[in-house]
Amino acid sequence: MTQKFDQIEKEAREAWEKSENSNTPHIYIGCATCGNATGAQSVVKTIKNKLDEKNIDAVVKEVGCIGMCFAEVLVDVIKPGHPRISYHGVTPETAEEIVESYLVNDDHRPDLALGYFGEGGPDDVEHIESGDVFKNQRRVILKNCGIIDPENINEYIVHGGYRGLAEIIGRKQEEIIDILKDSGLRGRGGAGFPTGRKWESCLRPQADQKYVICNADEGDPGAFMDRSVLEGDPHSVIEGMIIAGYAIGSSKGYFYVRAEYPLAIKRLRKAIEQAKEKNLLGDNILGSDFSFDLEIFQGAGAFVCGESTALVMSIEGNRGWPKPLPRPRTTEEGLWGKPTLLNNVKTFSVVPQILSNGADWFKDIGTEGSPGTAVFALTGKIKRSGLIEVPMGIELGKIIREIGGGILDDKKFKAVQTGGPSGGCLPEDKLDLAVDFDTLVKAGSMMGSGGMVVIDESTCMVDVARYFLDFTFEESCGQCVPCRQGTQQMLEVLNDICEGRGREGDIEHLLELGDSIIKGSICGLGQTAPNPVLSTVQYFRDEYEAHIKDKACPALVCKNLIIFQIDEEKCSACGRCRKACPVEAISGEKKVPHKIDQSKCTKCGICFSECPERFSAVERLTGKEKLAAVSGKEG
Amino acid sequence: MNNTIEKVILLNGGKELQEQTSKALSAFEGKRSEVIPMLQAVQNEIGYLPEEAIREIADLIGMPESKVYGTATFYSQFYFSPRGERTVKVCLGTACHVRGGMLVMEALEREMGIKSGETTEDFKFSLERVNCVGSCALAPVVMVDDDVFGRVESKEAKEVLKQSDPEV
Repeated sequence: MTQKFDQIEKEAREAWEKSENSNTPHIYIGCATCGNATGAQSVVKTIKNKLDEKNIDAVVKEVGCIGMCFAEVLVDVIKPGHPRISYHGVTPETAEEIVESYLVNDDHRPDLALGYFGEGGPDDVEHIESGDVFKNQRRVILKNCGIIDPENINEYIVHGGYRGLAEIIGRKQEEIIDILKDSGLRGRGGAGFPTGRKWESCLRPQADQKYVICNADEGDPGAFMDRSVLEGDPHSVIEGMIIAGYAIGSSKGYFYVRAEYPLAIKRLRKAIEQAKEKNLLGDNILGSDFSFDLEIFQGAGAFVCGESTALVMSIEGNRGWPKPLPRPRTTEEGLWGKPTLLNNVKTFSVVPQILSNGADWFKDIGTEGSPGTAVFALTGKIKRSGLIEVPMGIELGKIIREIGGGILDDKKFKAVQTGGPSGGCLPEDKLDLAVDFDTLVKAGSMMGSGGMVVIDESTCMVDVARYFLDFTFEESCGQCVPCRQGTQQMLEVLNDICEGRGREGDIEHLLELGDSIIKGSICGLGQTAPNPVLSTVQYFRDEYEAHIKDKACPALVCKNLIIFQIDEEKCSACGRCRKACPVEAISGEKKVPHKIDQSKCTKCGICFSECPERFSAVERLTGKEKLAAVSGKEG
Repeated sequence: MNNTIEKVILLNGGKELQEQTSKALSAFEGKRSEVIPMLQAVQNEIGYLPEEAIREIADLIGMPESKVYGTATFYSQFYFSPRGERTVKVCLGTACHVRGGMLVMEALEREMGIKSGETTEDFKFSLERVNCVGSCALAPVVMVDDDVFGRVESKEAKEVLKQSDPEV
């Protein structure tokens, strides 16, 4: 098999070298969803026009996301004989300048550059790989994202792609699974089940048909890792699925992708076509007697479909209802009742590298219990939001301080939320914890599929818990009572607390409800739904108590517990708040300090953000006594 | 409600609706597993799922309409009444939530005079919340169809609408 692949690789290399070594500059523009959202497409257009105008012959490529969302739009330029220079925050205007200065003339514009990759860059530009963002990262799953053109299979092949597949065809299925078991790879969907064991339990049953499913129904609000992998390196996932098909004896695979990811779907379609053209997918792969086909199924918006049995129900054309226990495992009876192997996007995408580099290579990264890397979408109140990949075992605080650059606007750190609606919030004294599957669970949170939301002092923890409960309540499939009714009851108690109707005993009530939901629910959604509440009660109980006893929201977020007031001494009567108020609740005129009519105020906060910082006359008050004092004054 | 019905007729006319449905469903064989792709195809074509289309899908597959509704209503992607020409989506993913996405939603509700999930009377805009569009670094994010507005403040709600439709 490898002979046939050698030929494919040779052709790919020739095509690639022809384009790479040509004496023309290369321009790479980050065009994943996040880049496009920031205006990457207009930058592409401007650059192409400018190149035409200046008669410059250059290769312009749209690449995936390198993970530095905070620096979008990112444009990388390689001039022949120079290293890759990365420009950040590029607009159509600065794009023109870059072409003019660097390509027409020879000024590499250190003022616009973020840094350079590789070696031998100019002194006045930072070396990106040794900078804070990258030096703590280990890019395995994301190694091609933002580097290669995801719509060109040759680039994937040149970067080592499909070699893993070529090498395993013809080998014994058990051997492949043994390598995976030896590598210690655990599923990257969140639960961390050993991948090799899962594959083994799917190889064992005899069946006329088996299925491989890639779970790309990334529904966790605040997470976009899988999307970035699909958009930036679709072939790695496809290769992993083909290998899985071979290893368990399946000829058919499905991608279950969120319909909200149109670009990922488009790139997958293209990648599937390209793989078929090269005989890496389809009938008699690389001339062997192994055939494997892939189909894309678009999910229709249901968080619960991330659960394996619900996902299977959904492909079969039903409501996405998880199957209650006791039931056969999906690996024994899954899609259409056949043995089905279901893994997350990142799990499949790392498999080819494990097979070509060996189990020991993988075990060398990360910790003993959780080998490999973890991909996180680092967001929230953090300076450098983005997609990062770190070796398992890295200290949580290091991610936030060094890679993320600390808290936005230099405010005070309060908590970090991982695991989305199934996870929890960890406070400052847990920042020395190692990030891996088991440590985070012990601390009351979980790895989850990779959302990491940083929370600062201006975020209310009760409100965060309510936010997640609202989400799981909405997304509960409604099948079992503990989840359907339990999440509703918890949500009502949380609403009461946030809206000033909290009573003594509410916290205990929440804990009791949480315990029952965890014990009684039939699937992972319900069994983990109380986690955000339980962990915030565990670490931020004082905030709950302030809401209940003092009717105070210490973070000044919960509307019913705060009022806006103008300090007469500080107000200079500039009138900005009065004009901006959408409900005309502010009265006053020139030279007369302004006043807020509390009966009209909707607490939208616009006056607060509108009041110039040098006055800071609009203040937010909370707590029983203060609220009573203001209403007393008015009454 | 009357307004809605009139508008449907205005937009499609009964016959046209049927033609659109048939067109959307022409590529399917009528297998049970095709329910969701069929619903998606119809909604792509028409913008929502009219009763006629549900009926046709039920006929094609040979299952009761109630079952098709049962599946369709389970998923948040499907709409059962006509939508506005443009859809304003307020992201309320976790990152957007902690950066004040809810205040932006409230401001838009106020400006548009509708609640999340509703459509303006003139069918220009629909307003809805979405969970994470994956542009967390730009939080809070508002999308109007495919146009993304990042780091939106609540006082900019009107501006967002204006940029999307100069007549607002």
